[in-house]
Amino acid sequence: MDFTVDKENSTVRVKREFSASISKVWSAWTESKILDQWWAPKPWKSRTKTMNFTEGGFRLYAMVGPEGEEHWARADYKSITPKTNFKFLDAFCDDKGNVNNDFPRSDWSVDFIESADSTTIVHVTIKHKKLSDLEKIIEMGFKEGFTMALENLDEILEA
Amino acid sequence: MKRDVFQAIADPTRRAILTLIAVQAMTPNALAEKFDSTRQAVSKHIKILCECEIVKQEKVGRQIYYQLEIDKMKEIDKWLEQFKQLWENRFDQLDQVLNNLNS
Repeated sequence: MDFTVDKENSTVRVKREFSASISKVWSAWTESKILDQWWAPKPWKSRTKTMNFTEGGFRLYAMVGPEGEEHWARADYKSITPKTNFKFLDAFCDDKGNVNNDFPRSDWSVDFIESADSTTIVHVTIKHKKLSDLEKIIEMGFKEGFTMALENLDEILEA
Repeated sequence: MKRDVFQAIADPTRRAILTLIAVQAMTPNALAEKFDSTRQAVSKHIKILCECEIVKQEKVGRQIYYQLEIDKMKEIDKWLEQFKQLWENRFDQLDQVLNNLNS
């Protein structure tokens, strides 16, 4: 995985190759049933309440913690080019989808490129208004249990 | 006043100051000469950088030198490393999901 941070433009870029056809990778990102299986880091679960994957539509979902705690978020789809790219604006919100403006929103663009041997490369570009927004999102991430990732890392380092 | 380290790099002039002093410690005068803006404007940025604790002052004789706090810069990288880790975990899960779709 390539992970780069452009501090000048407050942009994070993530690039990763998957051993699956572009159709399958596209489905994994755009169909709520599949998306819910991988979007949340364990032991958290992603649970989509509604998802209208069309331009102008949105996905409303909760990150559900091991104690049943819920953190709601939404993704507003700005543009969709099937099996090529989609763009959305993310936000934290309540269970009705009312956006919480205390938290920054960021612009996402996800590109899909089919390469040889039925592998697919995905480029994720996340543009923040300010780099400090990223810090807020990571802080929120902590509340959502993303620290698990770090604990896993600790275990690996200790071993 | 203690500030957030992200405030340090939020401004283009402050990023330029950090780049300059990363190479070598500099006096306020030497720094100000590198910029078109007024001396006051530059020293205001330096003040913010000191409050972020990313720049520290050192007195050599009568001169003040500003130098970079490398550890603070690492703090920014540490934050970003956590974000990277999140993506790695997420994509490992996606690998498994795709595997199941293949079978």
